[in-house]
This record gives sequence, C-alpha cells and structure tokens, in this order.
Amino acid sequence: MTAQDPVYVTDALIAQDIDAYLVKHQHKTMLRFITCGSVDDGKSTLIGRLLYDSKMIFEDQLASLEYDSKVSGTQGGEIDFALLVDGLAAEREQGITIDVAYRFFATDKRKFIVADTPGHEQYTRNMVTGASTADLAVILIDARQGVLTQTRRHSYLVNLLGIRNVVLAVNKMDLVDYSAERFYEIVSDYSHFAKQIGMDSFLPIPISGLKGDNIVSKSPEMPWYQGPTLLGHLEDAPISDMAMQDRPFRMAVQWVNRPHLDFRGFSGQISAGTVHPGDPVRVLPSGKTTTVKSIVTFDGDLTQAVAGQSVTLTFADEIDCSRGDVITRADAPCEVADQFEATLVWMSESDMLPGRPYLLKIGTQTVSATITEPKFEVNVNTMEHLASKTLGLNAIGVVNISTDRPVPFEAYGDNPDLGGFILIDRMTNATIAAGMLHFALRRSQNIHWQVTDVNRDAHAAQKNQRAKVVWFTGLSGSGKSTIANIVERKLHAMGKHTFLLDGDNVRHGLNRDLGFTDADRVENIRRVGEVARLMSDAGLIVLTAFISPFRSERRMVRDMMASGEFIEVYVDTPLEVAEQRDVKGLYRKARLGQLKNFTGIDSPYEAPEQAELVVNTAALSAEDAADRVIEAILRSQA
Amino acid sequence: MNSQAHTAITPATLTHLQRLEAESIHIMREVVANAENPVMLYSVGKDSACMLHLARKAFHPSSPPFPLLHVDTTWKFRAMYHLRDRAATAAGMDLIVHHNPEAMAQGINPFDHGSLHTDMWKTEGLKQALTKYNFDVAFGGARRDEEKSRAKERIFSFRSANHRWDPKNQRPELWKLFNTRKARDESIRVFPLSNWTELDIWQYIHLENIEIVPLYFSEPRPVVERDGLLIMVDDDRFPLRDGEVPQMRSVRFRTLGCYPLTGAVESNARTLPEVIQEMLLTTTSERQGRAIDKDQAASMEKKKQEGYF
Repeated sequence: MTAQDPVYVTDALIAQDIDAYLVKHQHKTMLRFITCGSVDDGKSTLIGRLLYDSKMIFEDQLASLEYDSKVSGTQGGEIDFALLVDGLAAEREQGITIDVAYRFFATDKRKFIVADTPGHEQYTRNMVTGASTADLAVILIDARQGVLTQTRRHSYLVNLLGIRNVVLAVNKMDLVDYSAERFYEIVSDYSHFAKQIGMDSFLPIPISGLKGDNIVSKSPEMPWYQGPTLLGHLEDAPISDMAMQDRPFRMAVQWVNRPHLDFRGFSGQISAGTVHPGDPVRVLPSGKTTTVKSIVTFDGDLTQAVAGQSVTLTFADEIDCSRGDVITRADAPCEVADQFEATLVWMSESDMLPGRPYLLKIGTQTVSATITEPKFEVNVNTMEHLASKTLGLNAIGVVNISTDRPVPFEAYGDNPDLGGFILIDRMTNATIAAGMLHFALRRSQNIHWQVTDVNRDAHAAQKNQRAKVVWFTGLSGSGKSTIANIVERKLHAMGKHTFLLDGDNVRHGLNRDLGFTDADRVENIRRVGEVARLMSDAGLIVLTAFISPFRSERRMVRDMMASGEFIEVYVDTPLEVAEQRDVKGLYRKARLGQLKNFTGIDSPYEAPEQAELVVNTAALSAEDAADRVIEAILRSQA
Repeated sequence: MNSQAHTAITPATLTHLQRLEAESIHIMREVVANAENPVMLYSVGKDSACMLHLARKAFHPSSPPFPLLHVDTTWKFRAMYHLRDRAATAAGMDLIVHHNPEAMAQGINPFDHGSLHTDMWKTEGLKQALTKYNFDVAFGGARRDEEKSRAKERIFSFRSANHRWDPKNQRPELWKLFNTRKARDESIRVFPLSNWTELDIWQYIHLENIEIVPLYFSEPRPVVERDGLLIMVDDDRFPLRDGEVPQMRSVRFRTLGCYPLTGAVESNARTLPEVIQEMLLTTTSERQGRAIDKDQAASMEKKKQEGYF
C-alpha cells in the first residue's frame, strides 16, 4: 500500500469537541463534478483514491477491497482503488461500467458529488447526463498518450453543456518519470485545441491517481509544479448556483399550493436571482404583473430567498398563475417564443424523425414540439459539421424546434434551468434526447394569427353542416380510397359539401418532393393534416385516404383539429387479403425487393388503438363499409 | 433550514444541507404535480424521519398531499410502532399499515424462516400494498451512498407491471428535468434522498431537531449474542436458546429493522452529537448491522431486481 496519511480523517475536533465540529460542518458548501476519461485513463482509480484519502471507506469495506484486489485486482495484489467504484453485477462480469454512477465524499470545506461515467460507445449519452448537473469537470489524460480523440470528445461535450470550470488532470505522471517537459507538452497541445472549441480557460494539474501525487498533498516528485493539488482546487472552485444569484429573478412554478380558500401560493425552486416581499414580478407567458406578498416556508416567512432555494411565493393580487408558468422580475422578464434554434443530443435507439410530434419538457412545463431536419450534425471527434437528414443514437446536431404553445425560456448558456430541455417519445414515454436552446427564431415573434370576421363556424353554418375530418387509415390495398370515394359520392348526393384528399393524388403535387422513408412519411402526413385543417376551417367535410402508418402522426393530426371534429376510420384488412388483392401490383414489387419501405412488408403499420370506427373489409363489402362511415358522419352532424 | 441558520450565513452561499434540502423538495413537488396517486413509504428509521420532515417542508402550509405507507412485518421494535403513529398525526397525514396476509397466516417469522421472512413480509408485502391501493408513485428513503449498486440507480426508478427493476433500461436524468411519464400499469419509485450521505442525514436531524426512535441512542438494553451480532430481546416472542440469558448492556442501533435481525453496537452515545461523533470515528459501515447483506457480493442488487426496496 502506498497510501499517504489520510489528511481529512483525523480531524481532532471530532473527538475533542463534537459540537464545535458540527457547527463548522453545517456551513460546508457542495460541489458537483464529473470525471471524464476512458477505461485506461485511470478514472476509477482516481475516484477510488479520493474516496480513500477523504476516509469515506470503512474498515470492513477496506478489508473486502484488499481481498478483492488480490482476487480480481489489476495492481498485482496492491490495493486496486478502481474496485471501489465498480457497481452492478453485470458490469463486474464484463469488467466495464455501463452507466452514470454518483459517488460522495467530503472534506472540512465541502461535500462533493462525483458523476462517474464510463468510456465506451454509450459514452455521449452518459457523459451528457452526468455533466448536466456538474459545476466542474475533470478531464483525465494518460500522460503517456497525450491528447487523444476521446479527449477532444470529452472536452467538446463539457463545453457544450456549459461547464466553465475545467481541470485537465494529466494522470499517470509516475509512468513518465514525473517529467515536467512531458506535462507542458500536453498542456500546450491541449491549449491549442481548447481555443478551437471556444473553451475560455482550464487548469492543468499533473497527478498520479495510483500513487496519490498532487491529489491531496503536493507531490514531492514534482517540485516544478507550483499550482494547487486536485483536491485543493475542488475545495476552492466556484459553484454554479452562486453565479446565478447575480441575474434577474426567475422561478418556474411547480405546484400551486392551496391548503384552504384563504391561501394561494406558488411553489418552485428559484433558478436565478433573489426575491423579497414587495418585489414587482411578472408571470410568463401571460405577462401579468403583481408584487410578491410573502415568501412562505415551513420555518416561517423569509425576508429574502436566492437562486437554488425551494420556496412558496404568495402574490398581492389574484392573478392567473399555474404549473409551467415562470415568475420573473417585472422589469426584466425572460423571452417567450414558440420557435427556437437548439442543439440536440440524441439518446434513443430510434432515429429522430423530423416533423413527428414529441413531448418537450422545459422548466416545469411539458409541451408538444416538432423538429426540423438538422441544419448540421457535429462529428464529436473532429468537430466537423456534417450534412444529415436525421440524428441517431449519441448524435449531436443543430435543429429548429417549434412548440404548440409559447414557452418562457432563456438561452441555455445564460440559464440552464430555463434553456435545457428533454424530449420524450409519446408512445414509449422514453427520454429520447436532451437539448439546449440557443435563441428564438424571429419569425415566430413577427407572424401573428390573423383573426378573420367570417369564422369557421360561419363557413359551416352557411353549408348547413358541421366541419369534419374523416381520416381513413389502413394498409395499401385495404380499400381506403374505394370506400372514401363511395362515401363522398353519397354525401354529395345528400347535398353535403365535401372534399376527398387521396394519398396518391397528393403525392403528384403538394408532396411530390417526398419519398417513402419514415421521415418523409411523417412530413407527408403533417402537410395533409394542415391542408385538412384549412379545409375544415372552410366548413367542409374532409375525407382523407392515406396509409398513415404511424400512431404518432395520426395523433398529431387529431390534436390539430377541434375536439370531436376528427373521425378516425380504421380500414382493417389483413395483410394476406390486401396482398392477395394487390390492385396496383405493389406488394409483388415489394416482395421482389424492387420497392423499399413498403408498409406491411419492410416498414411497420401501427394499427389504431381507439379509432372512432373500424370497418373490416374481409367481412364487409365496400358499399356496406361506406354506409357505416356515413352513419357515423351523420350521427356526428346531429 | 430554521431561521437561525438563515441569519447565521450570508445568503450567497447555500450550505450543502440547504442545497440537498432544496433538491429533495423539488423532487417531491414534481411527483405531486404529475402523479395520480402517490404514497410515501415510511419505515420509521432515521432516513424515513428525514424524508417525512422534508415532505412537510415541501408542501407547507398544506399537509403533504399523500398518505404514509408502512409495510409492516409485526417484528419491528416496539419503540418504532410508538413513533410511527405519532409522526403521522403530527404531519397531518393518513397512515396505511399493510401486513402480508399470507405471511400472517403462515406465521412467517425471522427465527424459523430465514430470508423467506424478508421476501414475504417486505418484498411481497410491498408489492401487495402498491397493487391493492393502486399507488402509481412511491417515495422511498434509499440513498446512493448506502451500497455500490445503489450508486447507479436513478432518482426516478421505473418498475414494470410486476414491480421489477431493470438496471439496463433506465431513463437518463438530466438537469432537474424528471420524465415522470409512464404506461398505465407501470409504477415509479422515487428516491428524494438519493444524494444525501449518512452523515448528511445525521447533521440534518441534528440541525432541524427531528424526532427519531430512541433506539438510536445508547441505553442499557437486554441483549443476547448470536452469530456475532448483539440482538435485543424486545418482547417475549424471542425464543431463547438453552442457557441463553439476556444481558443488560449499553447498546444502540445504527440501523433499524426487524428486531431479531438487527444487530446492536455497544456504545455510550446518549445524545445526537455523541452518535454523530461515534459514527465519524467508527470503522465499519452502516450496513454491517444488517443480516440481509451477508449472503453475497451482489445481494442487494438481486433483491432490488426482485422488487425489494
């Protein structure tokens, strides 16, 4: 064992005067940091060393560590600190860490939370997750290897996540004979690269995690290094929350607190600035103003609250305010917009689909959002910008985002709480991407909805009908167009004003630029949905006949329409039957591999779960099916 | 923090306990704003006491808008039952106590049934209670520093319809943005104390003057020594072996569970500062007093996948 005296254990105060010790330790601050490096950089060893030196390891753990080191250690029987931070059984078997793990240790000055992320192909997702809550990043470099591709990747991600406090820990100095020359060579290489990615500053420290050099105390092996030790720097580095206190007040409302009729408070965690009773505030997006009446806590009302605290505010006036709203200083509100440019980090196995509606959670608000094709994708190894039509797992790209409601926000770089967001898949509920807002797109601010005098109800009333969108969905050859055609003919005969949008016809004009990839199918349906909406605004009964294979997009169109206006008709025909009919000869081509992305063959069809009407064309004739549809339409006209 | 703590420090520097407190409150409010039917698991230990206190802070002046659930084994220390009922009343919360009826019928006990005792009363009992009351989110007091496999568990941890945990399929948690969406039959376990350490808990209890079970403080108690553990004879259901006579010894407990399974430590720490002092000077980890961990290295992880909290 090469351990030096663990400096932080033997706080004499613990034994002599525990009360004095407790008072001292109640005033500790907390720093969260992330360590970046891959398996060979000695990351686990460094974290194990920090835990060991700050005496976070108990004797029983040490005994099992010594035992484990002998059995499965990589340090020839010496203590293998890496084993301390190893976790799940599956990882142990594979010998790799597969996720983000959080470790804790403390010194006299501070409590530390370390996010430890592994260095394999899932790296981007895990590192972005770990870095999102970090005040500081330690980027590890193997002194023998110098700046590698992965160092660039780690640094790019750290910078992307807005971490301003970066330590370049040049590790394994013991293996390069503690050479100052080697150290400065690496620092010079790294400086050059840091400038390229816009990293303002970093602190280089030569260390050996294994031997303990410059971790807790100055290394006698490197008298040429005059800077702080790693732990010394961690104890003094600034904390993000504190920097946020100088900015204008912001608090996203989490929960409206109404214990009884005489109390209405707005609970949330302050993300920027300070607040006092009497402060004028503005509630966004409504823009209504009032003043703060009181800052209510369990321990009594406060005279001031600051960024980082969770509080409950009451207002002097009764104004509308609910979860998702942001309370801001009245004379310095944040922006509100519904179209943004943002960087996305894709975290899902399924590729991003431009145009598909995803849920977007920002602050305490969840809205529906669609994404454009990436302006570019970033190669995280070379920082090059690449053209791309989508983003796959671990890809990073810049996109435009449009939300279905105005969202109060700040640029991520100014306030991560109001500029960082996640995307959620509506069907699986998985978190599929993390994003950082850059700025609002001006066009959303300058184009307002034009209110017209003759409104949709007036249009429909003149035609003596109610506007409807009857959406036929089903496999190719299921009979959608045939049935829709009969329905329109009969409605027309009844004097109804109708219009039939047919899949093939639309693809000859409006959508002729679109192909049959998943992304193009999504855009196809989005455009048809918008056209159907305009026609329903004109008071028409709109019939559409599109395969529309994905639930998400049918849901999107449903959400565009007024409630009760959308009638989903599932033309339920078994694949075998549709394929047997093969009216257009497409199934045969698809089976021969001459037609790619054909629904039912090599592209999925997601059947509706709650269609208003299901017609089974294996059991019903087209005429009978059409009659059922007409019944449903007429019922909805009553 | 109490108002004294507020004036004692400059507002620009939130202490580590203030930051942890604010984070836990934020987590609890996110749950209440999104869940349909949340519940707080309450085991009467110090972590539960801390979590309950934080819940009262999070929703003040309202009472925490969810009930407490104690999945009982009938084998807890008597002192724990006393505090349990009092704490629920003080917080203005409903207390639900669940006993696994099968374990009850079969008379499952820690003396005759070994690990089956934990499986049936706790693991099965918890699943039964969550299903019976249709709770969709359950707060638990687990901390990441307790055990290696916990270090990687999320704050929001999703369970399948049959309450299993899949460590390979967890959602990434970024910033303060918790994705609380789930399918109809899934449930979520939420751990608001994830980032607290044992020392943080003790300091907070001290600073906030939170009532805890007196068993944490040393006192002469009747104990017998078995398999290297000091076990307290808390009631007359304890089957003494031949020649075994309970000895009065000054002991306390570092962790609380079923009394026949919880080892005491000899100690003279009678006050909270003394307990903290002893903890800081001690050389064995908290979990050593629990018989449950002894099986094998990855035992906690296995239990967790099966649904043990």
